[in-house]
Amino acid sequence: MEKRVTFSRWSIGILFAVPQLILIFTFFYWPAGQAVYWSLTLQQPWGGGNIWVGLDNFRSILSNADYWKSITASLTFAAISTGLAMLIALVLATLTDRQLAGSRLYRVVLIWPYGIAAPALAMAFRFILAPEAGFMAVVNQVWPGFWDPGLDGTDAMASIIVAFSWKYVGYNFIFFLAALQAIPRSLIEAAAMDGSGVIRRFWDIQFPLITPTIFFLLVINITESFQDSFGIVDIMTSGGPANATNLMVYKIYSDGFKGLDYSGAAAQSIILMLLIIVLTIFQFRFIERRVHYR
Amino acid sequence: MVERTPILNFLTHVILFLGFVFCVAPFVIVVIAASHNLKDVNDVPMSLLPGSDFWINIKTAWTTADLGPKLFNSFIMAAGVAAGKVIISALTAFSIVYFRYPGRMLIFWLVFITLMLPLEVRIVPTYAVVANVLSPYQTILDLTGLSWLIEKISGVQVSLSLGLLNSYTGLILPLIATATGTFLYRQFFLTVPDELTEAARMDGAGAVRFFIDILLPLSRNNMAALGTIMFLWAWNQYLWPLLITTDQSHATAVTELKQLIPNVGGIPEWNIAMAGTLIVMLPPLVVVVVMQRWFVRGLIATEK
Amino acid sequence: MASITIRDVYKSYAKMQVVHGVNLDITSGEFVVILGPSGCGKSTLLRMIAGLEDISGGTIAIDGAIVNKLEPRERGCAMVFQNYALYPHMSVAQNIGYSLKVAGVPTAERTQRIQAVARILELEQLLDRKPMALSGGQRQRVAMGRAMIREPKVFLFDEPLSNLDAKLRVQMRSEIRKLHRRLSATSVFVTHDQVEAMTLADRLVVMNGGRVEQVGTPSEIYSRPASRFVATFVGAPAMNMLEGEVTLDGLSLLGGSRRLAVSRASLPVGSKVAVGIRPEAVRLVAPGTTGALNASVDLVEELGAGRVVYVDLDGAAFSVMTSEAVHPAPGSAVGLQFSEADLHFFSSETGSRLDVFKASVPVPAL
Repeated sequence: MEKRVTFSRWSIGILFAVPQLILIFTFFYWPAGQAVYWSLTLQQPWGGGNIWVGLDNFRSILSNADYWKSITASLTFAAISTGLAMLIALVLATLTDRQLAGSRLYRVVLIWPYGIAAPALAMAFRFILAPEAGFMAVVNQVWPGFWDPGLDGTDAMASIIVAFSWKYVGYNFIFFLAALQAIPRSLIEAAAMDGSGVIRRFWDIQFPLITPTIFFLLVINITESFQDSFGIVDIMTSGGPANATNLMVYKIYSDGFKGLDYSGAAAQSIILMLLIIVLTIFQFRFIERRVHYR
Repeated sequence: MVERTPILNFLTHVILFLGFVFCVAPFVIVVIAASHNLKDVNDVPMSLLPGSDFWINIKTAWTTADLGPKLFNSFIMAAGVAAGKVIISALTAFSIVYFRYPGRMLIFWLVFITLMLPLEVRIVPTYAVVANVLSPYQTILDLTGLSWLIEKISGVQVSLSLGLLNSYTGLILPLIATATGTFLYRQFFLTVPDELTEAARMDGAGAVRFFIDILLPLSRNNMAALGTIMFLWAWNQYLWPLLITTDQSHATAVTELKQLIPNVGGIPEWNIAMAGTLIVMLPPLVVVVVMQRWFVRGLIATEK
Repeated sequence: MASITIRDVYKSYAKMQVVHGVNLDITSGEFVVILGPSGCGKSTLLRMIAGLEDISGGTIAIDGAIVNKLEPRERGCAMVFQNYALYPHMSVAQNIGYSLKVAGVPTAERTQRIQAVARILELEQLLDRKPMALSGGQRQRVAMGRAMIREPKVFLFDEPLSNLDAKLRVQMRSEIRKLHRRLSATSVFVTHDQVEAMTLADRLVVMNGGRVEQVGTPSEIYSRPASRFVATFVGAPAMNMLEGEVTLDGLSLLGGSRRLAVSRASLPVGSKVAVGIRPEAVRLVAPGTTGALNASVDLVEELGAGRVVYVDLDGAAFSVMTSEAVHPAPGSAVGLQFSEADLHFFSSETGSRLDVFKASVPVPAL
């Protein structure tokens, strides 16, 4: 889409874009380029410049069992938390869309968790899911040793999944509800006149019409599960136990800033960037096909 | 709709209520835990009746993690990011929507691509840039031979250096360098009728005048939505402030939470930890509740 | 007050040329209406005068000075837009006074001039309202006020009444006319509505396909249309057109089924012409009346004050406007009578008016 009416003074137009251009050059394109450069070189430990090593950094990363473990953990985390957050949100949004008494309350409250910082909610869940105090401790009293995210990798993974899902249910809920409410009432009423019941209508009318939103949220949730998980992991598990929750961004952080392996961290960043770019392109392909009602 | 579905209605209420509990319970538990004393909070199961130590715990958390200045820092960062985004995105969107200079599409795509890569994935080199924000320009001068030239001519060695670690600028600027807001404005500007622009031109207003007098006032809703979203987003940032504020003076409230994780030895002070958590989560929660309309609107609009 | 001189102006976009060499002289204080169907280039021409569109070729001069390269604000024009284009976030007073604010006119003078304009347009009570809270007619007046306050040399109107309902449109039409009489500023008014055009214009410019078809007073345009297009576009119901061919003794119409004895002029035998007659120039008579064309009635449209009788003339549709109280039944036969003075002739090839037939030999004879 383009404007028919524009201003003729190019210089002013370009001037308006300059602040943004300086910012994204300095803090986006330069670092992104730097990441590529570092990923292809090896930095000397005590200064002395970088040596060109080609794809060696990638080779060593990809042959590292820890890195594969991190990828597996990230994908597991992404799949389960995205699935949970979207499923719960879809159920709640569909039911709220029925507009029975009290639905306004749900619309307001269900969004709250999304406003909370990941580390803050991680702290809350660290307590709620603590093995010795809080609520899982009750379970541990009945079955001693049943739950200990500090020692058991699966429990730790489950903890961060619960925390992340809790935050993103609200987010998905907003989008699902908006998509459902964008469906013209007359369509639902027509289906009702055709003799279709509430559940039948959901599967025949509403669900097909919100598939674009589902694809869109799928991508956003997965992308966010790569980024927004950092605070949750750092507060709840610090990547442990035994790297069970060492997700990709967390590993970049710990390799780069704690291990001071810039080249390795840069190579990992590049791989993550590629992954996200592929996801984003996938998303744009589906966004094009959004449902329009007019 | 006139339809009798009593069983389904009952189920709807039950499930929605469970969802409600699922969302609210963690908040409630945080508040209750923050009101217990050290012994009660570690009871299994913890009593769901509030204790009496709420204000003491809040005070302890406040002083332990030095939350006063940290909340202030958080506020400066969040407000700075929100304001910066609201202004810079509007400028850029105006440029790419209302002008037809050569290279406009290039700028459009340069900005657009930044949507794809969040700060988290390019964190290491961004950190290096912020450590000396002029390093990109130094490198360019070096590589193009310009610094050599300048040195030959003026005898001055070019060495640009401006570190932004432990500064508000360093906290804020990299968080602004994405396209989120630009496209929100672009969508809106495209819906502003052309006749308004023409009327303004007939009234003698040039581009800048039109932008300030007409376009910005019309964008108020968008600004509120974008500002709300960006304030929350910035307030909740964790990894970036954690990295660049090596010095306590510029740490933010969210990064300080880590100080409150109970030590491994001894009885964990969960009551203090939860009091701190409550303090840190309260400001964004208030913003969400008060600005709910803008928040929802901004969320949906920025992701398009 | 200013004159406008338009010389060989054309406008082309990337692929299309939309205005083809327009020449037009508008004298000072004149109210000129540009009339044409949508897409005829009339708005583009207006916007080129305003400075909102670049001029691809030719020159536009205001008061003798060529304005091609001037910004809109430097041309001394004010414009009233189709959708009013009021700034929604400003009050009525701010909307009216915005151009003065841009020009840096001091607040006191500005307020005073806003008051003066508001008094003329009876907007005094509404100065603090936002456009949202105004009715269509009030918005229209604010848009007028915004144009007036600058005391422009030229007023430009881009279909300003098309968003109003029928009643308001008539009312605003006379208000604009009165206002023009009072300010007597040069005005250019673009519309596709011929009634609006006829009632408002000192002079009318009829455009089609990016060209000027005819310039003249409303009555000239009505009584002596310069082209077939103007003839059928101006006037309602539209002028009847019958295809004919020049013969030795006159014209043969409708593929030879009717003949019209007109004094043959210099056109060669076999030339194709179109004969036009306005529905209101035709009289209904009893079928078989001497000198009348026989036709059968298709449909009668009752208009209250009169009626339109649609008839079938050997397969060609033909309409008659009559104020007489006749109600011929569909299917019945009628006679159509008219005088030669009311006939218009156009070349079938070029569509331009042919005056070569004007003659005084009694017609029609069949």
